[in-house]
Amino acid sequence: MGLLSKKDAKLITDPLADNNPITIQVLGICSALAITAELKASIVMAISVIFVLALGNVVISLIRNIIPSKIRIIVQLVIAAALVIIVDQILKAFAYELSKTLSVFVGLIITNCIIMGRFEAFALANGPWKSFLDGIGNSAGYGIILIIVGFFRELLGSGTLLGIKVLGDAIEKTGVYAYGYENNGFMLLAPMALITIGIIIWVQRSRNTALIEHN
Amino acid sequence: MEHIELFFKAIFIDNMVFATFLGMCSYLAVSKKVATAVGLGAAVIFVMAITVPLNWLLDVYLLKDGALAWLGPEYAQYDLSFLSFIMFIATIATMVQLVEIIVEKFSPALYNSLGIFLPLIAVNCAILGGSLFMQSREIQTLGLAFNYGVSSGIGWFLAILAIAAIREKIRYSNVPPPLRGLGITFIITGLMAIGFMSFGGMLTGGDEEEVPTKQTAIVKQVEIKKEAIDIANNEKEITE
Repeated sequence: MGLLSKKDAKLITDPLADNNPITIQVLGICSALAITAELKASIVMAISVIFVLALGNVVISLIRNIIPSKIRIIVQLVIAAALVIIVDQILKAFAYELSKTLSVFVGLIITNCIIMGRFEAFALANGPWKSFLDGIGNSAGYGIILIIVGFFRELLGSGTLLGIKVLGDAIEKTGVYAYGYENNGFMLLAPMALITIGIIIWVQRSRNTALIEHN
Repeated sequence: MEHIELFFKAIFIDNMVFATFLGMCSYLAVSKKVATAVGLGAAVIFVMAITVPLNWLLDVYLLKDGALAWLGPEYAQYDLSFLSFIMFIATIATMVQLVEIIVEKFSPALYNSLGIFLPLIAVNCAILGGSLFMQSREIQTLGLAFNYGVSSGIGWFLAILAIAAIREKIRYSNVPPPLRGLGITFIITGLMAIGFMSFGGMLTGGDEEEVPTKQTAIVKQVEIKKEAIDIANNEKEITE
């Protein structure tokens, strides 16, 4: 990391693990769960959030001194909404099928708590470059969880990854299916996303016991 | 009949939290005590009852393809639906602010119990999600839109009430330390969502020959959950 000072690098690496937006800060779960049945949708969602959060953080940080604090929530929402409209139109133009799968969840990036949380907690108090790094770091942390969940749900649920049949053909009984393996259709249903994230939290907190909650 | 059907569908089958995972952030953050959960839930019902019909009017008279026809025939070809995110969220944010001011002026008691939750609600995904689902499911009339807002709000209220009650009790249980707090809440919510899936057949069982035509008119099935179930069913058929 020759380009970045140690402090700047920490802005990116911290949210990837020990300060992850989803598993530790409990932000942005709303849209994280519903779209993770396929790996492809998760990746696209992660990229969209990286785009919106990084740019939004920069814009907020640039105008942070002229936003009247009373109406800042509306200003933040409008900036987020404008960026999300760009993402939505791009998806509709270049990946129409995928934008149908994501349906309203692209729009819901606006109210994704990560966006508001980082605007409020970081971009309003820091310069544009730092805010940009913070945006990248946090949205990447969000994206990693999304991709992990998407990976397991697609692999165990339909035996494919990005639509490629990695476990063999379920109908012609090739690959592992020849040995009596069955797809677990349950993984594709919404509740399993919650349980998968619960398990990720479990693994993460057993590895780093400092994160355990006491109450 | 349409109203009753939509009411139960929005509360149980398409429950905001368990079927579409909307409003999860505040659902997880404010569900530690039953009393606060009730306050937030009531505020959500209240705001959704106002914003969903309002956004329905916006959608029908301003944003939809050809919605501007009432201005004159030359405006009929405009389609402003790409603006719907920004319009909806602006409506919600201003309505929340307005409601806060009005409630503070006329009912200080209500303000004291709901007030602190109102700003939280502007960024609650359930509110925007309610409006967006209202748009994508093509709800037909203003009355139905109001009904949809109220009943989705009630569904969310029920969910947060249930999880808050469970979390108050689970404090006395011996949960593995790494799962305490957030982890176990996720897993419980997952199990509750599986339970709520059993409501799925509630409105289709028995009178299937008349319901589907009505439902396809009212509800366009563009939902991920349903697609996932379809895929799962297909898989099952294939493997069988």
